[in-house]
Amino acid sequence: MNDSNQSFVKFEKIDKSYDGEVLVVKNLNLDIAKGEFVTMLGPSGSGKTTTLMMLAGFETPTNGEIFLDTKPISKIPPYEREIGMVFQNYALFPHMTVSENLSFPLEVRKISKADTKDKVQKALDMVELGMFGSRFPAQLSGGQQQRVALARALVFEPRLVLMDEPLGALDKNLREQMQYEIKHIHDRIGITVVYVTHDQSEALTMSNRIAVFNDGVVQQLSTPDILYEKPENSFVAKFIGENNTLNGVVKEVNGSSCTVDLDNGHGTVKALKVNINGAGDKTQLSIRPERVTIDSNNPDANNFSGKIEELIYLGDHIRARLDVCGNNEFIVKVPNEGSFSHKEGDVLKLSWNPDDVRALDL
Amino acid sequence: MPIGDMLLRSVDDSQINTVFPNTFEEYKKWDKEKDKLPPEEVYKALFQELAYGDKIQVGRALTRMNYSKSGWKSLIKKTSREIKKVVKKEEFPDSYKEFLIETNEKWADPTYWYAMGQMLNNQTSIYYWNAIDRTFDQELNVVQQDEDRRVYVQTWLKTLKVSIYVTVFCLILGFPVAHLLANLPLRYSNLLMIFVLLPFWTSLLVRTTAWIVMLQQKGVINGVLVWLGILSDDGRIAMVYNETGTLIAMTQILLPFMILPLYSVMRVIPKSHMRAAQNLGAKPAMAFWRVYLPQTIPGMSAGGLLVFVLAIGYFITPELVGGKDGKLIGSWIAYHLKTTLNWGLTAALGAILLGFMLIFYWLYNKIVGIDNIKLG
Repeated sequence: MNDSNQSFVKFEKIDKSYDGEVLVVKNLNLDIAKGEFVTMLGPSGSGKTTTLMMLAGFETPTNGEIFLDTKPISKIPPYEREIGMVFQNYALFPHMTVSENLSFPLEVRKISKADTKDKVQKALDMVELGMFGSRFPAQLSGGQQQRVALARALVFEPRLVLMDEPLGALDKNLREQMQYEIKHIHDRIGITVVYVTHDQSEALTMSNRIAVFNDGVVQQLSTPDILYEKPENSFVAKFIGENNTLNGVVKEVNGSSCTVDLDNGHGTVKALKVNINGAGDKTQLSIRPERVTIDSNNPDANNFSGKIEELIYLGDHIRARLDVCGNNEFIVKVPNEGSFSHKEGDVLKLSWNPDDVRALDL
Repeated sequence: MPIGDMLLRSVDDSQINTVFPNTFEEYKKWDKEKDKLPPEEVYKALFQELAYGDKIQVGRALTRMNYSKSGWKSLIKKTSREIKKVVKKEEFPDSYKEFLIETNEKWADPTYWYAMGQMLNNQTSIYYWNAIDRTFDQELNVVQQDEDRRVYVQTWLKTLKVSIYVTVFCLILGFPVAHLLANLPLRYSNLLMIFVLLPFWTSLLVRTTAWIVMLQQKGVINGVLVWLGILSDDGRIAMVYNETGTLIAMTQILLPFMILPLYSVMRVIPKSHMRAAQNLGAKPAMAFWRVYLPQTIPGMSAGGLLVFVLAIGYFITPELVGGKDGKLIGSWIAYHLKTTLNWGLTAALGAILLGFMLIFYWLYNKIVGIDNIKLG
């Protein structure tokens, strides 16, 4: 997929600065294959929307070039790029009906009336709004407006669809429902999608690959499972999913593993060497809450104890907040198997596998 | 209430009927076919009502009589003096008719008596006819005013023309400014907003006189043009004390009324709309025409209606910079209100203006829809 011969969209050494001093996007290299659903995920101000706007043609890169289907597109104006886009607040034209909104891109392309009508109806049917053509956007609910925006971005059969936090304005249930719907539409018509969001669950649900942005740099570009299970740096580990951290100094490196002395003499942890150079480096250890086990006796594992600070009953599991090695935000998820009888204040025996501890940068 | 009161004044003719009730009663018996002049009874009633009537009320009635025919006032004033002498000496004449004609031969002129016929009823339409250069002839038919007294019809037309021009100019000039205001970064748009509002807060008179300074023959603009050699010294353009001056000054003065509603509408049009339109394949001009412009219609209509309404009733600026041919109907209303005190005509002119406005409002509602107006 990363083969540049295959890449459909290619960002090559893109820098972007608005004021000539601060780079909002730094040396971005990104390849997107045809038919892929790639999400740019990151906190606000991380450069993801800027990247999307450069692709849409509303911003020009300060350095570097963007290729679409092997052709450089920096000099092509947005209206000739044939890229569909779903805007954050939909940007439906309030003075046009739903049908008029959808036929607008076809009209400007001088497509015949009959064809236009046909395509508009098909697009509306696709988002299950076949009967709503004569309504005005203001007469639709948020979710329906979202679908219209989606249909409008697809109706002129663009080469690529961009979505800029399209579900941000919807309530939680509708957002989840729309995530599946967008995913299904993508699966069905096989169009390339570049999606921008700050919501990690949205990214994990829909994407083939996710590019995690922070501070104008892609921190990691990977499939959802690898991002979650094998974060390459502490930002990704923190940003995606829940994460327990312990800080320390690397004592010794053995091939792909290492041992780390925790700060303040809390003990030594065996971990995977991921983002450290060698002995003496400061490091942050990352352990997913669900990889910590209670009361098991495995001599190869890291064995520690923690005092229960807080227990939260969540039905399928119990969420325990513990004080472990000086970190009182240490979360453990205990599956609700009916045998958990500890109270707040109890001390638990904890253990975790060295392979599940990742020694990352600090 | 004040509006209703003014509207009533435009048709009210009751005052004079309380001053000369008997005269009018006798007057109605006069057979104009048979007798050239009214019968003795009319002269007698008039004599008595002038002799014993309340002075102030008579004075007001005379003003009203002068509207029907100029000359009434001086005639009666002169006669009143003679009547007073008679009353003092208590030497009442045998024939009042002969006595009056003796004191002033105008009493034998039937045109005065014909004019009196206009005032017999408590209501009159004379003011409305006057407001469109019409009057009554002796048989109470509506006829055109004498040529040298026709001023209102052309003023009405000019008022309409100037108002429409000013509205169009304001729209042409205001649209880009409002667009800039709505789209510039905040610090620039704030500065620009101050430039828009500063004249708005400045006294109208100051701005108007400033325009006189700018536009007059020896003024700033002509001076600069001559200095640059574009104009010769004799070829200075007359830009003020005519319609051009009125148009320029009124456009500048009313511009904020166009810019502000436009701005408030443009401000809430999301920038993403233009982007979306371009993303969908429309060139910028097309995107503007199809997506942006239609969304500014509420602002254009609000601003247009505001400017038009203000322009149609404007009087200070046209009065000052308009000269002789730049005068608008508002100037006449002010003139009759303050100078001639002909409040009947004032009210009639005002009522016609109000009628115009209602017609425009109705038309506007038909074409654009009044709920499409948005001021903010």
